[in-house]
Amino acid sequence: MELTRRGMLVSGSATLLALGFPGHLAAEEITTEEAIAAFAKGAPISPGGVTLTLEAVAEDGFRVPVTVAAEGAAALMIVAPENPVPPIALARFGPMAVEQELATRIRLARTQEVMALARMADGTVRQVSQHVDVVVGGCGA
Amino acid sequence: MSMSLLAAAGLRRMATGVKSRVKLPKTAAAGEVITIKTLITHRMESGQRRDDAGAVIPRSIIHRFTCDFEGEPVVDVQVHPGVSTNPFFAFRARVSRSGVFSFAWYDDDGAVYTDSKAIAVT
Repeated sequence: MELTRRGMLVSGSATLLALGFPGHLAAEEITTEEAIAAFAKGAPISPGGVTLTLEAVAEDGFRVPVTVAAEGAAALMIVAPENPVPPIALARFGPMAVEQELATRIRLARTQEVMALARMADGTVRQVSQHVDVVVGGCGA
Repeated sequence: MSMSLLAAAGLRRMATGVKSRVKLPKTAAAGEVITIKTLITHRMESGQRRDDAGAVIPRSIIHRFTCDFEGEPVVDVQVHPGVSTNPFFAFRARVSRSGVFSFAWYDDDGAVYTDSKAIAVT
C-alpha cells in the first residue's frame, strides 16, 4: 500500500465516519447565535466593557489584524457573523494571563460588524462590535 | 500494514514543513508583565474553497493553541477556520519566577506541534 497524505486523510476520515464521530464537520455548522449562546452560558449580555481594535477598512480580507481585550475576563471570543464559519477564536485565560488580551489575524469574507465578547470572572458577559469595510473579501474564509 | 506503522508514517509526514516561532523576553523582573508573540507556518485550509474540478478542498487547520508556564495554563485558544494562514497569537502574562513557557498547536490531522522558551526572572 502506498502511503500518501491524501490516502491518510481519506482513511482517517473514513474511520471517523465509521465510528459515527462527526469530528469537526459538525462544528463547522455553528451559527453566530449558537456560538454566542454557548459562550454566554445563559448569562445576560451587556454592551461595552470589551476593547476590540481593528482597522475600519480592511484592504485584504485574508489577513485582518485584530486585538480583543477585557481586563479580568475568563474568556474572550471573536465572531464574524458574515463569514461562512462565524466563530473565529475563543481564548480561555489562566491565572498568569493579565490584561486578558488576544491579538491575532483573521479572515473576513465581506463587509460586516465584527463582534467581540468577554465572559468575566463573575460569569457576566460583555459584548462590543465594530463595522469593518472589507475591500477584497477573504473568500472561502 | 499495522496501524502503528501507518501512524508513524503519518506523523512523520504531518510534521514536515511546519515551523513555529515564539518571541518573549529572555529576562524580566519579578511581577513584570510581558508580551508573548507566537506564529506557526500553516496554510489553514478553511474547508470552504474548491479546487479546479469544483470539489471542496477538505478543511485542514490548527484547531487549538495552548500556552502553559511550568504546567500552569496561560491561554487556551479554540481556533476556527476564520483565523488566517500562518496563525499568529499574542497575549500578556505576569511572570513571578524563572521557568519555561510551553506552546502547543493542535492540527486537524492529529499532529501536535510544540515549542518552548525559558525566561529568567530576577
